[in-house]
Amino acid sequence: MSRRVLLIEDEPNIAEAIRFLLTRDGWHVETHADGTDAVEKIAGASADLIILDVMLPGKSGMDILRELRDRDDTRDLPVLMLTARGQSRDRDMAEKAGVSRFMTKPFSNAEVLTAVRDLHAQASQT
Amino acid sequence: MTSLNVLVAVCLCYVVLLFGVAFAADRLASVGRSTWLRSPLVYTLSLSIYCTAWTFYGAVGYAARSGLEFVTIYLGPTLVMIGWWWGLRKLVRVGRSQRVTSIADLISSRYGKSNTLAVCVTILAVIGVTPYIALQLQSITLSFSIFAETDPSGSYVEGSSAFWVAAGLAVFAILFGTRNLDANERHHGVVTAVAIEAVVKLIALLAVGVFVVWGIAGGVFDTLQRIDASEIGIWQVDHGRWATITFLAAAAFVCLPRMFQVMVVENDDERHLRTAAWAFPLYLMLMSLFVVPIAVVGLEILPRGSNPDLFVLTVPLAQGQEMLAMLSFLGGFSSATSMVIVAAMALSTMVSNHIVMPIWLNAKGGGASVSGDVRSVVLYARRISIAAVLALGYFYYRLSGGGAALASIGLIAFAGIAQILPALVGGLFWRGATRTGALVGLTVGFVLWLFTLLLPGMGAGVLAPSVIEEGLWGLSWLRPQALFGIEGLDPMVHSVMWSLSLNTAAFCIASLLSFPSPLERLQGAQFVNVFDHSAGPRGWSGSVAQSEDLMIMSQRIMGAREAQEFFQAEAKAQGSRAHFPEPTPAFLERLERELSGSVGAATAHAMIGQIVGGSSVSVEDLLAVADESAQLMEYSSQLEAKSAELSRTAHKLRDANEKLTQISLQKDAFLSQISHELRTPMTSIRAFSEILRDTDGLAVAEKTRYAAIIHDEAMRLTRLLNDLLDLSVLENGQVSLNVTEGMLVDVIDRASSTALTGTANPLKLRRNRAAERIAIRTDLDRLTQVFINLIANAQKYCEAHEPTLSISVHDVGGQVVVDLVDNGKGIPLHSQKMVFEKFARVSAEKAGGAGLGLAICREIMQRLGGNVTYLPGQEGGAFRVSLPLGLEIAAQ
Repeated sequence: MSRRVLLIEDEPNIAEAIRFLLTRDGWHVETHADGTDAVEKIAGASADLIILDVMLPGKSGMDILRELRDRDDTRDLPVLMLTARGQSRDRDMAEKAGVSRFMTKPFSNAEVLTAVRDLHAQASQT
Repeated sequence: MTSLNVLVAVCLCYVVLLFGVAFAADRLASVGRSTWLRSPLVYTLSLSIYCTAWTFYGAVGYAARSGLEFVTIYLGPTLVMIGWWWGLRKLVRVGRSQRVTSIADLISSRYGKSNTLAVCVTILAVIGVTPYIALQLQSITLSFSIFAETDPSGSYVEGSSAFWVAAGLAVFAILFGTRNLDANERHHGVVTAVAIEAVVKLIALLAVGVFVVWGIAGGVFDTLQRIDASEIGIWQVDHGRWATITFLAAAAFVCLPRMFQVMVVENDDERHLRTAAWAFPLYLMLMSLFVVPIAVVGLEILPRGSNPDLFVLTVPLAQGQEMLAMLSFLGGFSSATSMVIVAAMALSTMVSNHIVMPIWLNAKGGGASVSGDVRSVVLYARRISIAAVLALGYFYYRLSGGGAALASIGLIAFAGIAQILPALVGGLFWRGATRTGALVGLTVGFVLWLFTLLLPGMGAGVLAPSVIEEGLWGLSWLRPQALFGIEGLDPMVHSVMWSLSLNTAAFCIASLLSFPSPLERLQGAQFVNVFDHSAGPRGWSGSVAQSEDLMIMSQRIMGAREAQEFFQAEAKAQGSRAHFPEPTPAFLERLERELSGSVGAATAHAMIGQIVGGSSVSVEDLLAVADESAQLMEYSSQLEAKSAELSRTAHKLRDANEKLTQISLQKDAFLSQISHELRTPMTSIRAFSEILRDTDGLAVAEKTRYAAIIHDEAMRLTRLLNDLLDLSVLENGQVSLNVTEGMLVDVIDRASSTALTGTANPLKLRRNRAAERIAIRTDLDRLTQVFINLIANAQKYCEAHEPTLSISVHDVGGQVVVDLVDNGKGIPLHSQKMVFEKFARVSAEKAGGAGLGLAICREIMQRLGGNVTYLPGQEGGAFRVSLPLGLEIAAQ
């Protein structure tokens, strides 16, 4: 069965780069660029992993994460969060909200791949 | 010839007689049958201790040397008695109502019971009076020696006689001065003996005078002729000296410890002063009546070089009148002994009360609660002090060699004692006088007196001659007899002038500069307003007082807890179990003191008076209250002003802090934004460059596409950096405008061609070029930049199928405006306000720029003196550019 990842990212170039990387690694990548309906999208996507940008139009990544953690069907979903704002306050906030992994842009491709693989492995074990 | 033995025997008899009188008077007083002892006459006669041996013998000598100047010594007290009896009455009233024991006690009591002041006055008094006592010993010794010259046995030894006289006087003073400790410090025995002695010396002097006028000279007329013929008759007045010595004598009359003792401490009834006001001047007049005749006749009949100080004795002796000489001797003896006894008593009271007892109590560590214990210590301290004072006088006499003329020593002592006057008079009449003022004044006066009069007068051994001629430390303005360069004055006048005037000035200035303690304030009010507060012996009668009312009032002033504690402690002290103490006078007085600490003495007094009803509130009380309230109000308004200032400052600080916090938040947000804007393109660049580097077998089309993305993102970064720098320059005002003239139409032409070149689906522009032909004078490049941004924005965000931008020029209120309206959806209402903020991007999808464009437009238009705003109410996105007015350019 193919592994599914849902990528919520409004910068098309970044989204394309990640899609390229993960597709080559054997993931099925679905992308979405708006924050407003991101939660419903995630809930209905039955993805194995979510990659979430923080600065999104419509609704911030932080709020989306909090809502995910409040829902029964998405509470344990692994979420890798990416942000270009990279301040320690954002990291604290994300960890409080229950993020699985937090990563600052610009990232190295290898880092992203490792993080995605790790998260998936952890989720599979439990 | 009278033998010395007879003389001694007569003296002893006389002393025994005095003992008897004193003893009897004490007995009478103790059984309460002493009405005649308390007559105004006895009081007046006791005042005559002013006339010491110096006046008895010395006045004649003074007249023989300086003519009529001796009168000043009598003139001073006479003026005080007649002209200032109301001042004396106040002094006596204060002394009695405060139960004052000495002048040191009075000064200390007035200035908040300061023992430092008491010690100062005591030391000053001891230094001032010791030479005076020595003078008395000298006069007795000299008079003995006159008789000894005629005594064939030659058994007389000068030094030992002074010693025995001193010892005898000490015994007398101790016996009658310290027999018991009276609360009022009265000594009826001593006073009576002094009165007897006053009569003896007056009779003796009058007898000698009568003998001289009618026995030697031929009656009054003959005497007057002799006076006219002598040098004394030449009326020479040194005005300075006359005024100074009269003043000194007056001051000494009030300030001398022994005068204070008989006038205030021993006073039985204030009304006696009324009698003394005329009787004492009369006594002085009688004492001075025959001074000049005796001096003139003495100079005539006695051989040249005879000591004129002893004419009173030597004239009768030379005429063979031995009985008269004996009487005269007893007169001198009386003058000396009465002065020494009273002075020793007064000084010993001061020394023991203010120096010995505090030291002893300190040494005991404050554990002296047994009253009997203290009592005996006080008595012993007094006795030892008397002996010490007399010993001091004796040693002074032996050391000084008894050489100087009697009168000059007396005057120097007067000048020293007079230094107390400013503090005394100020304390009685001026409520503003403070402890600091009194201390400073006394110290200044004392030091100046010491330096300008006492030390130079003691001869070359004490003060080096170089100091007198060249001044202290060689400073010519510090010459003791020409202070501050004022020369040519009589040393006495010079010293009194400087010491007393600087004393008074220092006293006043220091008083004005210092703030009195509550106790000083209370005492000051009681002293200055003594006639208002003390109808009889001062005190409250609390018979109708309501302790509860007092409690309520005290709570308001002292605070609830303090007031309750005070009342309970007082009730306990009274042995009552109730919460409230009985309103006894003692309690009320303590309460008043307690309250006065908070609200001032006058207020406290008036408040208690209101509740107790024992005394009505007088106008002066009310005035005093008003004064105090004014002071308190001034103080509190100062506090208020301060607190208002503080709250203003706090407010300012809060504002500043808020502003800083805001700025800090804005800075954080800005940095965060910048970080985001920089990191986003870099993320793409890094990701794709890593893909290009690490991925094998990419198709050529893929490689080209990824390289293009990297290029686009790099360009985006460059634009962002340019915009940031541009904005920073504009915001900091560092931009220099290049103002030239041009046409608006050219500017818009240039902007539209720049903004639309190279775009795939260029915007359609709808323009009225004729209306755009307006000459403008501004920085044309910057204005072009604004239009480029606005047109590019429309190009970027207008989502209409056929995007069109209408550019129209209007005249609005005399100003040229350019409206740019597209046919898109426009900007939602809630975003319209923030479109000009940095990084404010309304829509995410087409975010090609960093969101700085409109912020830059706004900054540029402000620099140029114009404006750019969003124009609401149009069908699409609409911006209005208001150009700078005509050819004018707004000032930078």
